[in-house]
Amino acid sequence: MFRYVVRRLLQMVLTFFGATFVVYALMFANQDDPLQALAGERPLTDSQRTALTERYHLDDSFLQQYWYYVKGLLTGDFGTSLTGRPIGSMLADAWPVTIRLTLLAIVIAAAVAISAGVLSAIRRGGVFDNATTLLTLIVLALPIVVLAPLAQLIFGIQLGWFPATATKDATLWQLLLPALVLGTLVVATELRVTRSSVADNLRADYVRTARAKGLSAKRVIGVHVLRNSLIPVITLIGVDIGVLMSGAIVTEGVFNIPGVGFNLFRGIRTEDGPLVVGFVSILVIVFLVVNLIVDLLYAVLDPRIRYE
Amino acid sequence: MSEMQPLVRSGVAGQPGTPAEATGPVAGRPRHRDAGGKPRSLAGDAWLDLRRSKVFWTAAGLVAVILLMAAWPALFTSADPRECLLARKHAGPSGGAFFGYDFQGCDVFAKTVYGARASIVVGVCGTLIAGGIGLVIGLAAGFHGGWLDAVLSRFIDIVLGIPFLLAAIVLAKRLTADPASDGVLAVTCTLGLLGWTTAARVMRSAVISAKNQDYVAAARMLGAGPMRLMTRHVLPNSIGPFVVVLTLLLGVNIAGEATLSYLGIGLKNDAISWGIAIAEAGPYARAAAAPLVWPSVFLAATVLAFIMLGDAIRDAFDPKLR
Repeated sequence: MFRYVVRRLLQMVLTFFGATFVVYALMFANQDDPLQALAGERPLTDSQRTALTERYHLDDSFLQQYWYYVKGLLTGDFGTSLTGRPIGSMLADAWPVTIRLTLLAIVIAAAVAISAGVLSAIRRGGVFDNATTLLTLIVLALPIVVLAPLAQLIFGIQLGWFPATATKDATLWQLLLPALVLGTLVVATELRVTRSSVADNLRADYVRTARAKGLSAKRVIGVHVLRNSLIPVITLIGVDIGVLMSGAIVTEGVFNIPGVGFNLFRGIRTEDGPLVVGFVSILVIVFLVVNLIVDLLYAVLDPRIRYE
Repeated sequence: MSEMQPLVRSGVAGQPGTPAEATGPVAGRPRHRDAGGKPRSLAGDAWLDLRRSKVFWTAAGLVAVILLMAAWPALFTSADPRECLLARKHAGPSGGAFFGYDFQGCDVFAKTVYGARASIVVGVCGTLIAGGIGLVIGLAAGFHGGWLDAVLSRFIDIVLGIPFLLAAIVLAKRLTADPASDGVLAVTCTLGLLGWTTAARVMRSAVISAKNQDYVAAARMLGAGPMRLMTRHVLPNSIGPFVVVLTLLLGVNIAGEATLSYLGIGLKNDAISWGIAIAEAGPYARAAAAPLVWPSVFLAATVLAFIMLGDAIRDAFDPKLR
C-alpha cells in the first residue's frame, strides 16, 4: 500500500506542475503588452511602467514568473480579478453553493444509476434493459448547452414545476432542477458501468455458492453482488467530478446560481483574464486532489489494484 | 472465432497482414468467405453486420441529411439567414420560415440550417487533428515501448489530468484573442489539441497487443524491418478501435464547438452556429421558445447521430460481442 501511495503522489505532483504550467503558458506567454492591457486606453508614463514591471516581476524570466504563480497558488494567493476583488474571497463566497449543487447531482445520479443498473443487469435483454440502453445513449448525446436551457424552458418556464432561476442564497428547492440537469451528465456512464459489473458478478462463483446455501435472491443481490459491483462505480466519481465542473459552468450560468461556475461563466463573458486563470487553476487542483482521494479509496476497497 | 486466428503465411506473402484473411473451415461456405470464395476481411465482416443494424441505418441516414445540409444549405431553404428585419421580431411561422423569427427578426429555420456547416467543419477538422496527434503518439508509444512509452504515457496522463472544458476555456480564449477572426480556426485547434488523449490511449494498447502476436514475430524473423512491421502488420491490425474512438469523438467535438460558442469563446463575429443561437435565444425564452428549441434539437440530433454511428460500428468491429 505504501509504495502505491508514494507512486500515486509522485504522479499527482507531476500532473500538477504539468497542468499549471500549460495553463500559465497559454495565458501569459507572449502577450503583446500586458501593462498597456492593464491600463486600458490611458497612456502610461515611464515611471508607472517601471513600478508596474517591478510589481508584477515582468523583467524576470518566464520560468521565474511561473514559479511566482505556483507559489501564489500554493499559499492561497490567487490574484485579483479585473473588478478589483481578490479571487480568494470570491471563491470563498462561491464554493458552498457549488458544493451543494454538485453533491445533490451526485446523489441523484448515483441513486438512479445504481437502482436502474441493477434492475437491467438482473433482467438482461428484457424490456427494461433495452429501454435503459436506448435512454442512456440519448442522454449521453445531449450536450449540456442543450440540456440546461431546454430544461429551464420546459420545467421552469412553461410547466412551472421548478423555479427557473436561483436567488442569491440558493435554496435546495431552487437547486433541484439544475442538479437534475447536472446529474444527467454522469448518470448514463454510471448506469452502464453498474449494469456491466453487476452482470459480471452475477456469473461469479461466490454468487452460485450463496445461492446454493439457500440465501434469498434479495440477500444475494443486495449484499453479495452489490458490494462487489459498486467498487468500479466509485472510481467513476473521480472522473465525474471533472464532468460536473465543466457542466456547472454552463448550468450555473443558465440558472443564475451564484457558484464557482457562474463566476467563471461571467469572467469569460467579461474577458476577465486573471479571474478565468485563477478559477481554472483552482478547479484543476480540486480535480487532481479529488482524483487522488478516489484512487486511494479504490486501493483500500480493492486490494488487487495495489499490486499492479 | 476462426477468422481471428492469425496465420503467418498471409503476413509474409506481401499482402496486408490482416488476421481476418486467415483460412477457416472448408466445409460449407464459412462465414468469412463471400460468394466467390474470396476471403473476407474484418471490415467486410463488420459491414455485413452493420447492414443488418437498424441503429446504423438510422444514424447513417441522419448523418447524410446533416452532411447535405452543411454542404448545400440552399437546398433546404431559400431564405438568407443574415437577412434580419427588426419588424419581424419574434414573429410566428410564415411561408418558408417554418420556425418563426428570433429576437432580431432573423429566420430561425434558415439560421438553423446554415448552422450545420460550422458544426460539421469544426467537428470534422478538429477530429482529424486529434486523430493525427493520437495516431502518432499512440503508435510511437506502443510500438517503440521503453522510455518513449513512459514519457508519452505520462504526457497523456497530464493532458487527461485537466478537465476538458477548463483546458478548452484557457486555450480557446488564448487562440481567439484576435478580434478580427471568426474563431473557426481557433476552435478547431482547441478541439484537436485537447481531444487526442483517448484516441492515443486506445491506439497504444491496440498496438501493444498487435505487436506481441505470433505473426509479427514471424514477420520479424523473416527479416521485415521496423517500418514494414509497423505499416504492414501492426497498423492494419490495430487501427479498428482507433477509428471507432474517432467516430465517437466527432460527436463529442460537435458538442464541444457548441459549448465553446455558447460561452462566447468559440465562433463569433457574425458566424452562424447552433451554440451562439442557443446562447442568444436563452434570455428571450419566455417571449419566444422556437429560436431556443430548434437549434437545440438540431444540435442534439447531430451529436446523437454520430454517437449512434460510432456505437454501431464498434459493435460490428468487436468480435467479442458476436
